[in-house]
Amino acid sequence: MEDYVIEMLNITKEFPGIRANDNVTLKVRRGEIHALLGENGAGKSTLMGVLFGMYQPEGGTIKINGKEVKINNPNDANDLNIGMVHQHFKLVHNFTVLENIVLGVESVKSGFLKMDDAREKVMRLSENYNLKVDPDSLVSDITVGMQQRVEILKMLYRDNDILIFDEPTAVLTPQEISELMRIMKELTAEGKSIIFITHKLNEIKQVADRCSVLRKGKYIGTVNVAETEKEELSEMMVGRPVSMVVEKSEPKPGEVVLAVENLSMKGNGGKNALNNVSFNVRAGEIVCIAGIDGNGQSELVYAITGMDKFLSGKVILKGQDVSKKSIRKHTTSGMAHIPEDRQKHGLVLQFTLAQNLVLQSYFEKQFQTFGFIKFDSVEKYALELIEKYDIRSGQGTMTLAGNMSGGNQQKIILAREIDRDPELLIAVQPTRGLDVGAIENIHKQLVAQRDSGKAVLLVSLELEEVMNVSDRILVMYEGEIVGELDPKTTDLKELGLYMAGTKRGSGYEKAQ
Amino acid sequence: MKKRNKKTVKIESLFTPLSSVFAILVGLLLGFIIMLVSNPSQALSGFSLVLKGGFEDGLAGIGKVLYLATPIMMTGLSVGFAFKTGLFNIGASGQFIVGAFAAVFVGVKGKEIPPNLHWIVALAAAMICGGLWGAVPGILKALFNVHEVIASIMMNYIGMSLVNLLVTKTVYDRFTNRSYPVMASANIPKWGLNKIFPFNSTNGGILIALFFVLLVHIVLNKTTFGFELKACGHNPYAGKYAGISAKRNIVLSMVIAGMLSGIGGGLDYLSGAGKFIQVVDVLAPEGFNGIPVALLGLSSPIGILFSSIFIANITAGGFNLQQYRFVPEVISIITASIIYFSAFSLLFKGLLDKYVLGKKKGNDGGDEADDEEFGKKVEEDVEVLRGGEEG
Repeated sequence: MEDYVIEMLNITKEFPGIRANDNVTLKVRRGEIHALLGENGAGKSTLMGVLFGMYQPEGGTIKINGKEVKINNPNDANDLNIGMVHQHFKLVHNFTVLENIVLGVESVKSGFLKMDDAREKVMRLSENYNLKVDPDSLVSDITVGMQQRVEILKMLYRDNDILIFDEPTAVLTPQEISELMRIMKELTAEGKSIIFITHKLNEIKQVADRCSVLRKGKYIGTVNVAETEKEELSEMMVGRPVSMVVEKSEPKPGEVVLAVENLSMKGNGGKNALNNVSFNVRAGEIVCIAGIDGNGQSELVYAITGMDKFLSGKVILKGQDVSKKSIRKHTTSGMAHIPEDRQKHGLVLQFTLAQNLVLQSYFEKQFQTFGFIKFDSVEKYALELIEKYDIRSGQGTMTLAGNMSGGNQQKIILAREIDRDPELLIAVQPTRGLDVGAIENIHKQLVAQRDSGKAVLLVSLELEEVMNVSDRILVMYEGEIVGELDPKTTDLKELGLYMAGTKRGSGYEKAQ
Repeated sequence: MKKRNKKTVKIESLFTPLSSVFAILVGLLLGFIIMLVSNPSQALSGFSLVLKGGFEDGLAGIGKVLYLATPIMMTGLSVGFAFKTGLFNIGASGQFIVGAFAAVFVGVKGKEIPPNLHWIVALAAAMICGGLWGAVPGILKALFNVHEVIASIMMNYIGMSLVNLLVTKTVYDRFTNRSYPVMASANIPKWGLNKIFPFNSTNGGILIALFFVLLVHIVLNKTTFGFELKACGHNPYAGKYAGISAKRNIVLSMVIAGMLSGIGGGLDYLSGAGKFIQVVDVLAPEGFNGIPVALLGLSSPIGILFSSIFIANITAGGFNLQQYRFVPEVISIITASIIYFSAFSLLFKGLLDKYVLGKKKGNDGGDEADDEEFGKKVEEDVEVLRGGEEG
């Protein structure tokens, strides 16, 4: 008999109108790294929610260490030594590493904290598992990779044996990712068991022993990773063969559409969020701003689109200085913007699909006379775009944007921005949180824009996307551009060095 | 599967009006309990009087309801309009009384104005002064990010005290400690309404209020201006992204809200019903009553039309209560409970969500933030699956 640490057998979880988990089985062996693979909406989070006691399944049983258990709430899960590292860390930034680790399970003596015991235990764990941290530095001062180590130590400090990593690599550099992989292997060597939630096939191939695949709430199967090709995994995940490569011809760059000159912007605290940033985007090319999240990419986009004021520098769109102009002026001068956060900036969720489609053009002659909205034209235009961009919704033009799926919400924004026929399209993380099929579609649209002679500025955190879609890569680090790379001649390793700030290109030397 | 999805969507959209109805029912129930406690033998007959409200007295009673509904319809519109833009105009009271003073001032002093224009000029003065009073918190919010609730509460007191001061300086009747009556030409025409509804105070003001209900409805739902206001109100970030000037909209929205309240004050004090501005340190209650009217009407002009008539109706019923030796304050308690429970109606919606839709939120204990983020992820799961089904 095999030694399973977790057995989730025939789990069925229903939400009204939907089966989020339909007879799903997940068996994790002791001491293995078990990948849980699936697109967004495949039911991975629901399954983990069931394991954590946040949802009660309608059917199926859960066994931990061979014993059937009932998990009613997250506390029960904690008692069973199940722990989770979330995608977004839950750390108190102005606490030290040590304080964060013991937070919630502090040992006290007559009301006073007993930190010495805690420190000893943390240091022992840190040594045993080769997780280097400085217990006394503030979390706000350490790197993202180290913050993740703190999260892992938090689980170990609580004596968790079953560790769940929820898309842990999204915020890391390539170097930090390989470090994490090493840590994960070390953990399993010490007898811990890991569930690794992801949709990145490379990482599964690198680190996982076995992999269970979910698709549309159904259990597709479990395979030994070593014996399975990436293509097979992706076909299991999507249900059809997917082309992983973005097909595109050679770029034919034309005149400069966007020129950014010596842009500087104030940040929080003493540092500038942007420091003397200059670059061009020409017609017919896709320029990608790569970098780890939080290195000034968002601020750069805010500055270019006029959504935030900057200290100095110029933004020139088609020869016209738009630096001090209003956001509306940017929009009407031929700039389109697919924002980073589609629900915060890109959509009014309480508005209908049709209203959202004219959010950037409701004031045009086509849609209003004397300030009265021409509902017929809006409706007609919306139907056109729905058809053209294949936007799917429950109640057509009247569907509230908030009731639509993430992929379709993104299609609304894409349709609205591209259909205004802009000279420059700024797309910020346009594929974030979307599944493989939707990503394929968005990449095609970006390339189509380029091929029709428009300029495209892509800001992305996804390395695959950076390498596959762009014609030129600019790497940002701490508010500066530290190098320009050609995706054809560079590799992930080099890109990673630039992203981590350890390497700078010629012409991008650090200002003294 | 598809049909079931549609059904859930429909149920969801029903929740909000349903929650208003729920608030009214629970409010009425609580009022009934209070009546039971204070006078058990007559509680039932008294309660039926409350429900019948103005209809107890036939057409005259309806006339009374319309008269009582006029000012709170306007202040309700004022609060509701600001709500749609994401602003909480708690200053309707100040705007109301400032508008009232302007109307009374023109009504008393405007001897030079042609008689058939007199009431129009007085009402316009009320509108302008109310608008100015609304503009102050609007400008403070737009330019200095001063919260409009703080600013407009302060403007309530400034308005009240200033009006007291100005009344004593300009149109003061020392013997009654109140303003002089306005000239007959300054009263809102009756337009025959007092013939249809044989109640003395009924006047054309209700028609003017109805006109503004319609106007606000059109502005909010048919114009680009309304589109902008609502976009900013629902999601200021998206509004900014779409190049809508939030500052301009905040100021305009508060000015318009102030104007609506100001007109409310004008209509009330030009009603020819023997209302005078008393020199007392009391904030005008009509302004605050606009808040429950707007809440119950879900901030929509049409909703406000009905909720103001409903509240006026039970207020009229409250006056009738006195024949059963109840104090009319019972009605204030009932309205207060309705407001109270309209806040609870969100809770009620949450309960419905939980038990009808089965959206179980994370348990207590555990890390709440974790649960929340996770809950969101699972919701996305469900949503994506739904999207897939529709395709």
